[in-house]
Amino acid sequence: MIRSLLSGDMPRSLPLALILGGILACLALAPFLFPGVRTVDTAARICIFIVLVASYDLLLGYGGIVSFAHTMFFGIGAYGVALTSIHLGRGFDAIAIGALAGAGFAAALALLIGLFSLRVRAIFFAMITLAVASAVAVLVSQLSGLTGGEDGLTFKTPRELGPAFKFGKETFGGVLFGVKLNGKLLAYYFVFIGALVLFLTLLRVVNSPFGRVLQAIRENDFRAESIGYRVVYYRVAATCLSASVAALAGSLYAVWLRYVGPDTVLSMELMIDILLMVVIGGMGTLYGAIIGATLFVLAQNYLQNLMGAASELVQDLPLLPELLSADRWLLWLGVLFILSVYFFPTGVVGRLREKR
Amino acid sequence: MSAAPEHAPTMAQATLADRIGPYMPVLLVPLLALAGFLAIMNPASWLTLTVSGLAMGMMIFIMASGLTLVFGLMDVINFGHGAFVSVGAFVGITVLMALGQMTAAPSLLLNLGAVLLAVIGAILATGAMGWAFEKVIVAPVYGHHLKQILVTMGGLIVVEQLIIVLWGPEEIYFNRPEALKGAVTFAGAAIEKYRLVAVAVGLAVFAAMRWVLRRTKIGLIVRAGVENGEMVEALGYRLKLVFVGVFIAGSALAGLGGVMWALYQEVITAHMGNHAMILIFIVVIIGGLGSVEGCFIGALLVGLLQNYIAFIEPKAALISNIALMVTILMWRPMGMIPVVKAK
Repeated sequence: MIRSLLSGDMPRSLPLALILGGILACLALAPFLFPGVRTVDTAARICIFIVLVASYDLLLGYGGIVSFAHTMFFGIGAYGVALTSIHLGRGFDAIAIGALAGAGFAAALALLIGLFSLRVRAIFFAMITLAVASAVAVLVSQLSGLTGGEDGLTFKTPRELGPAFKFGKETFGGVLFGVKLNGKLLAYYFVFIGALVLFLTLLRVVNSPFGRVLQAIRENDFRAESIGYRVVYYRVAATCLSASVAALAGSLYAVWLRYVGPDTVLSMELMIDILLMVVIGGMGTLYGAIIGATLFVLAQNYLQNLMGAASELVQDLPLLPELLSADRWLLWLGVLFILSVYFFPTGVVGRLREKR
Repeated sequence: MSAAPEHAPTMAQATLADRIGPYMPVLLVPLLALAGFLAIMNPASWLTLTVSGLAMGMMIFIMASGLTLVFGLMDVINFGHGAFVSVGAFVGITVLMALGQMTAAPSLLLNLGAVLLAVIGAILATGAMGWAFEKVIVAPVYGHHLKQILVTMGGLIVVEQLIIVLWGPEEIYFNRPEALKGAVTFAGAAIEKYRLVAVAVGLAVFAAMRWVLRRTKIGLIVRAGVENGEMVEALGYRLKLVFVGVFIAGSALAGLGGVMWALYQEVITAHMGNHAMILIFIVVIIGGLGSVEGCFIGALLVGLLQNYIAFIEPKAALISNIALMVTILMWRPMGMIPVVKAK
C-alpha cells in the first residue's frame, strides 16, 4: 500500500524515513499540534513550497535543466485563481477554473519557451527563462488595470474556507481538541491535501519510464539520443509538466493567502529561495524537496530573528552588525548555496542515503 | 561502347539571398534604423532616438563582450557577470564622488581626468574581483554547466548583498561631471553629449577588441581556443592561463560598462547588474554565444529597437527585446553569427 502510494520510491534510509514521517505527521496535524495563526501559516507555506520545489526538482534534478522562470509559472497559477475569483464570483468553481486555466496557460507558455530554446542548447533555456521571467514580472506590475500592479489583488475565497465559517456545533460543540472548527481549518486541509496529491503525482511521474528517460538524458543526452529517445521532446514535456504543477502550487498559495502580488509570487528572491531549497534538500530526489522546503521555511521564519539578536550582540564592532543584520539574510544564504553546490551536491537526502 | 556523356558544368550563380546571407546581420542595423525612420517620420526625433539607441547598444556591448568571449573560450557560462557591472558602477561612482571638486569644475580637462580616474578605479577593482571570482567560484566547476549556473548565480547574490553591506541599501543619486551634462543641437535634434561620448567609447572598445583578436598573437590563440581548445593545448599553449586573462579582461570591461551605465542613468543600485544581465543575455544569445561581432550587432539592435519602441508605444518596449530574440532565434537558432566549434 505505502509502496504503491510512493510509486516504489522508498526512502531507503531509516533516518530519512523517520524524518519524512515526522514532517508528514506534523503537517497533517499542524492545526492541532501547534495551534496559532503564525504556526499554521508556516505549515501551509511548507506544504505549498514542497510542491513547488518538487516540481522544480523534476526539471533541475531529474531533467538537468536550469530554469529561472519557475516563479513565473507559480505566479500564473496564483493570478489565475485571483482573477477568476474576482470576475466569476467567490466559489469553488471559480477556483477550479482559475487553477486549471493557470496550469494550462503555464504549460502552453513553457511549451513555447521550450520549443525555441531547448532545441538548440539546454543552456539557452536558463538565459531565456531569466529574460522572459523578468519581463513578465515587470509587465504584471505595469498592467495595473488587470493585475492590480504593485499592490496586487485581494479577493474572496468561498465562505467555507474563511474564518467566519463555523461547523460541527452539534456534534463537537464547535471545538475539537481545543481547536475551533472553522473555515481556516478547512482551508489548511484544502492546501494540505492538494499538496499531498500533487506531490504523490510527481513521485509517480519521476518513477515512471518517463522519469527514467529524463534521468538518462541528464546523465548523457548524446547517449540517450543515440538509443533513440527524442531528447527535445522529453525535455519540453518535463518543462511543461513542471510548469503546470508549479502553477497549481501557485493556485493553492493564492487560496491560502487570499491575496496575490508581484512580491509574493513573482519576485526573483522567491526564485532564489526555490533554488536553495532544491540544493539543500538534494537534487534528483523528490524527498529532497520535502526536507529542503521544511528546513528553509522554518529557518526563514525563525532564524531571521536569531540573526537580528546576534547583530545586536556585536553592535559595537565594526561591519559585523551590518553583516549579521536580519536583512542580510540573503548573503548567508548565497554563501550556503555555493558551499552546498560544491560540497553537498546530493543535499541532505543524498547524505542520509549514503550512510545506509 | 557509348561515348562519355557530354560534360557541361554549369556555374550556377549564387542567388541573391545566398550572397547577402553572410552580411545579413551587419545589414540588420541600418535596416532597423531605416524602419525606425519610416515609423517615426520625424528626422529630429529619429536622430535623437538613434543616437541614444546606439549609445545604449554600445554600453550593453561593453558589458556583454566579456561574457561571450568567456563562454566561447572555455564553455563557462557566468551568471554572475552582472556582479561586475554593479561593482564597477559602485567603485567608479565612489571615486567620482570623492573627486567632487574635479567634477564640479567647469574645466573639461579636470572633468575628463576625474572620469578617467573613476574608470581606472572601476577596472582595477573588477579586474581583481574577476581574478578572485575565477579562482574561487568558477575554477572548481569546469565542464559542468549545471553547477556553473548555480554557483555563479550564488556568487551574484553574495556580491550583491556585500555591496549593500558596504554602500547601504538605498539608491545613490549623483550628477554627471559638468562637461558631460547638457546637449548639443544638430540638424534640429537635441543630442545629449554623454551619449555621443558613450558611442565613441563603445566604438573604440570594439575597434580595440577586434584589433587584439585579429592582429595580435594572443588574439590568434584566443580565437583558435574558441574554435578548438584541445588542439591549441596540444600545440603547447596553456589555454588555462589565457582563459584567466580573458576572464579578467571581460570582468574589467563589465566594470567599465558599469561605470558608463551608471553615468547614463545617474543613479546606482545594488541590483543594477542583475537588471543589466537580462539585456546582456538577450544580446549574447541573439549574437551567437562566443562571437564578439555578433554581440556588437546584437547590442546595437537591442539598443535601437528599445528606443524606437519606447517612443512609439512605451508599454511594448519591454516585450520588444523578447520579441526580437524570438524572431532572431527562429531565423538562426544558434544566433546571428554562430561560432563554429570543431568539437
